[in-house]
Amino acid sequence: MIDRYRWWELVLIYAGIAVFLLFLLSPFVEAFMVSLRPLTQVFRAPYRFFTEDMSFQAYKDMWSSVPMLWRYMLNSFLIASGATILALICIVPAAYSFARFSYRGRDALLGVFLVVNMVGAAVLIIPLYRIMQSFGLLNSYGAMIVPGAAFATPAGIFLMRSYFLRIPRELEEAALMDGASRLYTLRRVILPVATPGIVVVAIATFIAAYAQQFLFALTFNSRDAYNPLPMGLYQFFGHERVLWNELMAASLVGVAPVLLVYAFMQKHIVAGLTSGAVKE
Amino acid sequence: MTRRFDAFPYLLLLPAALLTLAIVAWPVMETFRLSFTNASIRATEDYVGFQNYERLFSGGFVAIIWRTLLWVTLSVVLKLAMGLFGAVLLNAAVPGRTIFRVLVMPPWIVPIAIGVFMWSWMYNGQFGMISGLLQRWGFLAGPFEFLGYRNSAFLATVVTDVWIGTPLVTLYLLAAMQTVPRELHEAAWVDGASRFYRFRRVTLPLIAPSLATMALLSAIWTFNSFEIIWILTEGGPRNATTTMIIDTYKTAISRFQYGAGAARSATLLILLMLLTGIYLLLLNRMARRARRLEEASA
Repeated sequence: MIDRYRWWELVLIYAGIAVFLLFLLSPFVEAFMVSLRPLTQVFRAPYRFFTEDMSFQAYKDMWSSVPMLWRYMLNSFLIASGATILALICIVPAAYSFARFSYRGRDALLGVFLVVNMVGAAVLIIPLYRIMQSFGLLNSYGAMIVPGAAFATPAGIFLMRSYFLRIPRELEEAALMDGASRLYTLRRVILPVATPGIVVVAIATFIAAYAQQFLFALTFNSRDAYNPLPMGLYQFFGHERVLWNELMAASLVGVAPVLLVYAFMQKHIVAGLTSGAVKE
Repeated sequence: MTRRFDAFPYLLLLPAALLTLAIVAWPVMETFRLSFTNASIRATEDYVGFQNYERLFSGGFVAIIWRTLLWVTLSVVLKLAMGLFGAVLLNAAVPGRTIFRVLVMPPWIVPIAIGVFMWSWMYNGQFGMISGLLQRWGFLAGPFEFLGYRNSAFLATVVTDVWIGTPLVTLYLLAAMQTVPRELHEAAWVDGASRFYRFRRVTLPLIAPSLATMALLSAIWTFNSFEIIWILTEGGPRNATTTMIIDTYKTAISRFQYGAGAARSATLLILLMLLTGIYLLLLNRMARRARRLEEASA
């Protein structure tokens, strides 16, 4: 059959996959191994994969070496959640408008959101800094939430729009026929049906907002109590002696929540991401 | 019949439009305006014409543009090569491919900064994994500080960028491969075409548009890449990894020269617009081709 492989083809395929995954996953494996080593074994040449005295001690010590660690993790979560909520308030109605109505300038406006998606935050850092300054948002959660939401909105609109397009029109036509207002139809008829799509968009937005807090924190925030995890840990770089084992332990604990969410939702997230990109 | 103007769909767009206008569109214009001023941390700013640009292009910025182009090209080519390699393998009907596909994504899922922390340890010359393994296998005579030398630091930042970008490219190309009609493969197979021949003559031509789209999107994202270089090297050693965006950040945020920084941003924005224009043209052509195919088959 066409899908039957000879033994050497199978060997080649698995070897190739092994090399590919090794490249993508070795930093995680190495980070985990370092987090298990005592510092004396971390700073030790020649390099060995397994070292003596491996333990989970770093996962206990990190809370006292980085006293604000829990706060950084909480901040990361708060900022990403805030950005997700703000982004959803923008994404859902806009995507519905693009999916369901035909009006002057619709396609052009959709194009504008596509183009806007091409500009990263770092390019616009100067005016952004001045905006944050003039709105008094520097050194606040807002300075990290608002731009986080803005840069996640265009991609979310495209994802959500493709979901709305798949909901049959008859559904809202029936409601409108019964005399319901359009806003009521959106709230009571469409949103409940679209909930699974909204959840996927929310998770994708959350992951994006969680991933991209560093630049905003670096530039707009100097108050340590508001720092998200990446920024909190970044401060421990450049010290005379970096506590690599604890830094890796804290990094892994910090990324565990998003990796878990991804593991459970990966099918939906991957389907959503690829449907937009290939077919648009 | 003339229809009454209907405000409802526009109202639905309002929140998204306001946020995007304030945080993206207006800053784009403001960047261009500031690039013609001497704005700084001082309260006053004056219009200075093309002075910022004149200084930029008579100074070292031209070298930075070339370096950025090299950095982006290298990174995009490697991402596409890795992505294609991964997609072909993960498209093979072998046991375990579902779990392999899940395992591809973590570099893209975790916060960029945290992934870069891990790499900065990997690149450690004294105790890091890469230097250690290369020494054990005899490729290196002694410890090698990857981020300490100009060429190796340049390559190291590219590799980390490829690591973060590969998952998404793999995923897109895999999705594109799965839209290739199975009948085409079967027809070629019946005619005795080898696997490699089928890849070259069936799969590759059919995913070529996706490959081109991905190349452009990937280039655009890579031009915007900031955190990787900033955390690994801050643009060093001796500016070897200073790309346009790093130079912008240093000028504007570290040295408070907003006007001079904005001129750098504006140059980058023009490059991005150029790429986006090509991307839109490509999308347009692909859409037209799809429509023609539909009409032909109807």
